[in-house]
Amino acid sequence: MSGNEALLDLGAHIAEELEDEVLNHSVVHNELMIEAKRGDICRVLQFLRDDKECEFKMLLTICGVDYVEKAERFEVVYNLLSLTHNQRVRVKITVGENELVPTATELFSTAGWFEREVWDMYGIYFDGHKDLRRIMTDYGFEGHPLRKDFPLTGYVELRYDEDQRRVVYEPVKLTQDFRTFDNLSPWEGMTDIQLAGDEKATMPERGWKPTDKTVGSGKK
Amino acid sequence: MPKSALQPKPNSIELASQTQIKPMTMNFGPQHPAAHGVLRLVLEMEGEIVERSDPHIGLLHRGTEKLIEYKTYTQALPYFDRLDYVAPMNQEHAFALAVEKLLGITPPLRAQYIRVLYCELGRILNHILNITTFALDVGAITPALWGFEEREKGMEFYDRVCGARLHANYFRPGGVARDMPAGLAEDMMTWVEELPKTLNDLDTLLTDNRIFKQRTVDIGIATKEEAIDWGFTGPMLRGSGVAWDLRKSQPYEVYEKMDFDIPVGKTGDCYARYLVRMEEMRQSLRIMKQCLEQLPEGPVKTNDYKVSPPPRAEMKNSMEAMIHHFKLYTEGFHVPKGETYTCVEAPKGEFGVYLVADGTNKPYRCHIRAPGFAHLQALDFVSKGHMLADVVSNIGSMDVVFGEIDR
Repeated sequence: MSGNEALLDLGAHIAEELEDEVLNHSVVHNELMIEAKRGDICRVLQFLRDDKECEFKMLLTICGVDYVEKAERFEVVYNLLSLTHNQRVRVKITVGENELVPTATELFSTAGWFEREVWDMYGIYFDGHKDLRRIMTDYGFEGHPLRKDFPLTGYVELRYDEDQRRVVYEPVKLTQDFRTFDNLSPWEGMTDIQLAGDEKATMPERGWKPTDKTVGSGKK
Repeated sequence: MPKSALQPKPNSIELASQTQIKPMTMNFGPQHPAAHGVLRLVLEMEGEIVERSDPHIGLLHRGTEKLIEYKTYTQALPYFDRLDYVAPMNQEHAFALAVEKLLGITPPLRAQYIRVLYCELGRILNHILNITTFALDVGAITPALWGFEEREKGMEFYDRVCGARLHANYFRPGGVARDMPAGLAEDMMTWVEELPKTLNDLDTLLTDNRIFKQRTVDIGIATKEEAIDWGFTGPMLRGSGVAWDLRKSQPYEVYEKMDFDIPVGKTGDCYARYLVRMEEMRQSLRIMKQCLEQLPEGPVKTNDYKVSPPPRAEMKNSMEAMIHHFKLYTEGFHVPKGETYTCVEAPKGEFGVYLVADGTNKPYRCHIRAPGFAHLQALDFVSKGHMLADVVSNIGSMDVVFGEIDR
């Protein structure tokens, strides 16, 4: 694919110019992804914005992803668009808990609210951000709801109290325990996931191979 | 504050220069008819001039992204209707395309045509709502009365194809839920041919209207560079003179085969954005017409039964079809490990989905890039130095819908 090659060239160019800052680059699903060092993110973004062959002048979104089991549990993902070259790039950095990410607000005005959202949802602190308040959650909210260890139901619920004539917060009371079913099963052709106790179901002659991934083992 | 200002001499002629007027902080919303939803604005006013505006959003935050992580891919789709609820199918489109990309499947041609047809219908519905309510905000009631009649007819086509006026849940990874019923295409064609009359009526009501122009021309100007810096997309970006539309520059589905133009504004003010939207509706009608004329026969969803359910009739006879049906509606399909940022040109701008799949039947992470979020952020910058009433114009021309901003 020609689009793929152009992206590979672009990725190689970026990796070459930013030898010390870029850890890795790859093209998957026709999308260019760059893994950068956390401390150098501003330098990387600035290069992507200003370099003649990149010109990624538009920052579309910043978002966080939580990989609980990893040592550096969070990823911050920047999606950029170049209007002149009609290309997209995704820049990723990893962040551990209680670590700072340099803000991109100096480079892109639009970064302000996106960083506020990441701070609100994941608790990733952006160093140098002038107005890092919560944005989505209620005034006085505690916790960071999109973290994987934050329960879906939350901790508090609110209602209007007739006596006090105001809205009050109370701990969540569930009339039925929160249940989540993953319904996972080895469905031939769709998955290579192996469930505990289901080893007999492997049918290697039909292209389905057992893997060391075992989902659902710790469940009761 | 200088000390003398605290104790002004009542008869001093220098009173005015010594007295400092404290900027007044004013609350706008969260319940305000011109806020287009639940927006709370904290405005710092110097007299009637807006010094700073601080939008407080999140009042409609429902945790969509968190909820999606706990749902299968099929169950996650209806959440997209509830984002920008004036053009629901355009959002579904982004999610369906993202999942299809990870699965590596392509929907059949007829499904692609139907999707494009309904996305353009969604664009028209969105723009009618925006233009008429925008006009309402700046003092014109008639456009809303006339526009909503046509809008209701458009919603009927949603109703007829999926059973719901608003929350369609119609697109699927791999196609659409069901085929269009007989006669729908013909009725749609009639509507497409009749709508320009209403658009012309709206034109005569607004485009040369002195009051409307006084309220919108030279209000909330964003230059090309500023629009790009603030992450504007869609009509907001095109209003500032940047010729950029994903349907042309990065075409998806059958947009490549369509013949249409992209209107671009010159001035970057509220009026330019209005003009861009008016012309976009006409272009959308052109696309709809071409879709209806070229609509091919054939299946409307992929025949890969690992992703889309088998036909009802087959289920009654075939055990395998039965199993597929059962598995799809309990477990759902598995999406191979990977991640993608897929976006569509939604009526409000670039609507993107950053989807991370971990190989199971549920998304690991689904970040939603809502165009209105970036636009509303720039409200402070476009409103600075304007009058209070111009803030209303700016909000109206930004086309904010809180379903997608708060998510």
